[in-house]
Amino acid sequence: MNEKKIIELKSVAKSFDGEVILDNIDLDVYEKEFITLLGPSGCGKTTTLRIIAGFVTPDNGDVMFDGVKINNVPPYKRSVNTVFQKYALFPHLNVYENIAFALRLNKVSEEEIYERVEEMLAMVNLKGFEKRDVNLLSGGQQQRVAIARALINKPRVLLLDEPLGALDLKLRKDMQNELKNIQRKTGITFIYVTHDQEEALSMSDTVVVMANGKIQQIGTPTDIYNEPENAFVADFIGESNIIDGVMLDDYRVKFSGHEFNCLDKGFAKNEAIDAVVRPEDVDVVEPEKGMLCGIVDSVTFKGVHYETIVTINNFKWMIQSTDYVAPSQKIGLYIEPDAIHIMKKSEFSDMFGDYSSFSDELEHLSDITEEEEERE
Amino acid sequence: MNNKKSLLQRAAAAPHIVWSVLFIIAPLIFVIYYAFTDSEGSFTMENIKNLAQPSYLEIFLRSLCFAFLATIICLIIAYPIAYFITKASPKTQKILIMLVMLPMWMNFLIRTYSWMALLEDSGIINTVLKLLGLGPIHMINTEGAVILGMVYNFLPYMILPIHSVLSKIDTRLMEAASDLGCNHFQVITKVVFPLSIPGIISGITMVFVPSISTFYISQKLGGGNFDLIGDTIERQFQTAYNYNLGAAMSFILMILIIISMTIMNKYADDDGGVII
Repeated sequence: MNEKKIIELKSVAKSFDGEVILDNIDLDVYEKEFITLLGPSGCGKTTTLRIIAGFVTPDNGDVMFDGVKINNVPPYKRSVNTVFQKYALFPHLNVYENIAFALRLNKVSEEEIYERVEEMLAMVNLKGFEKRDVNLLSGGQQQRVAIARALINKPRVLLLDEPLGALDLKLRKDMQNELKNIQRKTGITFIYVTHDQEEALSMSDTVVVMANGKIQQIGTPTDIYNEPENAFVADFIGESNIIDGVMLDDYRVKFSGHEFNCLDKGFAKNEAIDAVVRPEDVDVVEPEKGMLCGIVDSVTFKGVHYETIVTINNFKWMIQSTDYVAPSQKIGLYIEPDAIHIMKKSEFSDMFGDYSSFSDELEHLSDITEEEEERE
Repeated sequence: MNNKKSLLQRAAAAPHIVWSVLFIIAPLIFVIYYAFTDSEGSFTMENIKNLAQPSYLEIFLRSLCFAFLATIICLIIAYPIAYFITKASPKTQKILIMLVMLPMWMNFLIRTYSWMALLEDSGIINTVLKLLGLGPIHMINTEGAVILGMVYNFLPYMILPIHSVLSKIDTRLMEAASDLGCNHFQVITKVVFPLSIPGIISGITMVFVPSISTFYISQKLGGGNFDLIGDTIERQFQTAYNYNLGAAMSFILMILIIISMTIMNKYADDDGGVII
């Protein structure tokens, strides 16, 4: 990874109508990086992107580009281009003219425009679509035109605001790969906004998890997944059981009435902590062999595994395992030391991690409202 | 089931059809009937031929010219107004739109008389100009006064459709344009203006058609010096009682309007249909 900073946000704050949207965030973006801003609706990720694009001026703090303050530089003077959430293609122009738009403004010669538009069309697999009416393209095709249009001027940074949100699952997966390839090929810094954690993990070099207008954690996808900083991050990225616990000593933790070995150290003696155990890291064993014992609440078949909800000490655990255990049967759980991750207590403790009210459907519903709310 | 439904639909459309036949189709047939018959009721082309006289041609030409000028001036004034209205907050927009429509709540004759009072040689404007030592300027009974009257009366019909189209343009398109390198002015010329063409076309239609057939304005503000088609037609029916000549003029006027609209819709074809 290139270590040169291209964009820096320095304690940037923004409020709309007295409501704090961004609460003094600091963020460095490095050259040629694929960085993703990830968070639920209203976390400030889109506002952050719009501040970088120049559509929103921060109330406080500085936006730096190549070390130069650009707070008051209008969007058209920034070498940053955006792929908008619902593409925002110009309906009065065909595919060719949409992509050529930025070049025409710069009075580029007709031959060069042709060459570069063709090159872009080839890159996004839309050769032969030049004369098409953009209003008649499918969502995936419009998406490709939007990407080509934003990339033709060779921006230093490309901003993508939930670009795949409106596409169906299969197409979304294909486009994820394509975007990643385009980013590698062009070497342009991508700043990507999404609320889809899987998308963030699979595409990014760096993931920035945001909540309540603050950055909760910045790290590589593996760091974010394996060593979440707090209960919010652990819950938002993948499934996790987050249990109240006490750190007895270095490498020794107690939760759910049992003492475990773990790999974490550096906490005070008897410090209260949140312990994270990922559902896939729990082994299902005979009740007498288990470190913890509980009664199976419900089992759902998910294809690759069974999703089993188990009650232990009034806490509902989620376990993903290929072993089927019928509901209301007794079950033993075995947890390896490296399956346990210890986090400091935070404002998010006790808000997440119990599966008593878990519902796939609810989660899906919140995703839909999110797309609507994100517009300001 | 399907039959029943279509019957119901037809029944629902009946009042509209009756209305159209009574008030649109029937008058049209009368106009055509009178245009091609003489006072005895037998077929003749005389009425149409009569219109080929230089004096009538002059009236047609003048009407076209005045309507054209009034439409262009309306467009030039209305577009920026409509644009700035869309830039205001939703609440202010409502108030501004109401202000645009406010004169339309007042009777057309009263509005025209008010302009007479303003423009007369001893009118309000000239009194003020005299006090300032700048006047008097002769304004009433000039071409300018007639065109001013048209512009004033028909301006709202230009502002409203343009505003309606402008306010529906997705702000993200403007953001996209500025993101791709357009300054404020280019955002308007490259994106906002092309997307507002349907509104401009319907605004032009809504101003041009009443302008070309207008009467009364030129009698009052032009002092009878500038006969327009509308006035001439009115005279045929009201004073000369020559229904046949009046109908022939109406007929030719309709054809003029249809030709103008067809030419304009040709220009608008790229942006989809525009309703006359």
